[in-house]
Amino acid sequence: MTRAGHEPHGMTPAVPESIRLQDVTLARGGRVVLSQISLAIPQGSFVGVLGANGAGKTTLFHALLGLEPPVRGGMWVNGQPVRRGNSAVGYMPQMRKLVGGQFSGWSMVATALHGQRWGLPWYGRAGRAAVDAALAAVDAQALAQRPVATLSGGERQRLLLAQTLLDDPSVLLLDEPLASLDPARMRETVERIHALAQARRMTVLMSAHDINPLLGVMDHVLYLARGRALLGTEEEVITTDALTALYGAPVDVVRAGGRVFVVAEGGGSALHMQDCGGCSAHA
Amino acid sequence: MLEYDFMRTAFLAALLVALVCGPVGWFLVLRGQTFASHALSHVGFAGATGALMFGLSPLTGLAGGALGAGILMGLAGERVAGRDVMIGLVLSVAMGVGALFLHLLTRSASAATALLFGDILGISPGMLGWLAALSAGCLLGLAVLARPLLFATLQPEMAEARGVRLQVLDVLFLALVAIATAECAQITGVLLVFTLMVAPAATVLRLSLPPLGGLAAAAGLALAEAWGGLILSWETDYPTSFWIALLGGAGFMLVGLVQRARGA
Ligand SMILES: Nc1ncnc2c1ncn2[C@@H]1O[C@H](COP(=O)(O)OP(=O)(O)OP(=O)(O)O)[C@@H](O)[C@H]1O
Ligand SMILES: [Mg+2]
Repeated sequence: MTRAGHEPHGMTPAVPESIRLQDVTLARGGRVVLSQISLAIPQGSFVGVLGANGAGKTTLFHALLGLEPPVRGGMWVNGQPVRRGNSAVGYMPQMRKLVGGQFSGWSMVATALHGQRWGLPWYGRAGRAAVDAALAAVDAQALAQRPVATLSGGERQRLLLAQTLLDDPSVLLLDEPLASLDPARMRETVERIHALAQARRMTVLMSAHDINPLLGVMDHVLYLARGRALLGTEEEVITTDALTALYGAPVDVVRAGGRVFVVAEGGGSALHMQDCGGCSAHA
Repeated sequence: MLEYDFMRTAFLAALLVALVCGPVGWFLVLRGQTFASHALSHVGFAGATGALMFGLSPLTGLAGGALGAGILMGLAGERVAGRDVMIGLVLSVAMGVGALFLHLLTRSASAATALLFGDILGISPGMLGWLAALSAGCLLGLAVLARPLLFATLQPEMAEARGVRLQVLDVLFLALVAIATAECAQITGVLLVFTLMVAPAATVLRLSLPPLGGLAAAAGLALAEAWGGLILSWETDYPTSFWIALLGGAGFMLVGLVQRARGA
């Protein structure tokens, strides 16, 4: 097991690093959220980022995007120091309220195409082809002409995913893309993202509240709790011993019916609820 | 009616103003900042009355007051821009100051009516030049901002991650809103800025047009309503502002009714 913080070089050295954190401390609003994290994620890795509400999943993503500089420590993406506006990093924010729901799916996706450049939202032939290709990559051609407000949560997620693909990123940071999806749709979304990641050799960090839809596709689990991080394979991290050590309190990993539940001992409260539709509230 | 100089001036002024108000209003409605523009026009009122006191043109005071307030509002960011109470307070203090300036002015009654409800027939040919310059600047600014502004409006977090500076955009956009508001007030008066800024834009946004089409349609509808108001005012002798307000409201409701009928 790679206790994050001790052996950042524990991975096979043959695969180049996609993300590297060295002794990183992150704070939000003056409070330390994650402290002294060191880890390395190899290219092409599919990483599930887990942790309870407020564990720091979004904070970590913001830091990797260069939006919130670390209090201390260094962060690298593809060997380059983290910088804001790096087009190699695609980002899907946590679900939020919909603005511009009257626009068609196509228009909505297109706004992200070089959306940071000055000028008119005019896309040209190459731009339109890029938008079409991104929509095709997530099987959303049928949604292109419909107003976004009339789409279901899962369909909107597909459009958001298409947006993150526009710039051909090599790293995808997906913040709770499964929130408010039903279990079947969750699994379908995970498989779609996994297939895309493999085809395009992308590194994916995907946060989630429930580990179950991610089982079997993750190369690594990054578990955040109490300001600390634990990185390893499913078998290494999702165990009673490892999580008890991380939480510093008794935690049980229960496997039942092919599913995994992480349960705090005594209170019996599940740290990962199976249906997390309502728990995507976000600061 | 076009044989009269003041009517030709009025039609030209309406054209210059509507072409700016439509697209700026389109973003304003999309961003949910209409109340902010309402407040800016009221700060502009204080500026205009102040300018009158010092013998300057009211347009200078309007534009100056609104611009200053717009930039401050943008700098204050979310803390203020989203707060109804804060904006409402600024708005009422500004109106109060305007009332004081008017009180100190000698020919206050006619000046007050013109500022509050507009006086399109009173626009001088000299002012037309100013309006043209402001409109050109405003449209140029909007053409430069449009793409990142649209991105930041629909997906602020994603835009920020791509390197869009949200606050810089916000300040620049509110500066454009301030100029458009000052121009608009020449025609509709500060109290009825909504009628040309918001009504056509909100109507167009109901139509689910793609962004560029929507921006163009908003300009077109604002122009149609402004000119329609002028023509109706000529025919009936009722104030232009009244007709523009009526057309704006009617257009908005009509589109809503048609859509409901289609949906049902
Ligand atoms: N803007 C902010 N100002 C101050 N504190 C914040 C801010 N945003 C987040 N925090 C705090 O930082 C901590 C980590 O938040 P973060 O959003 O990273 O959690 P998360 O793991 O993404 O949680 P969730 O599952 O609810 O999305 C929380 O304790 C939260 O209260
Ligand atoms: Mg979060």
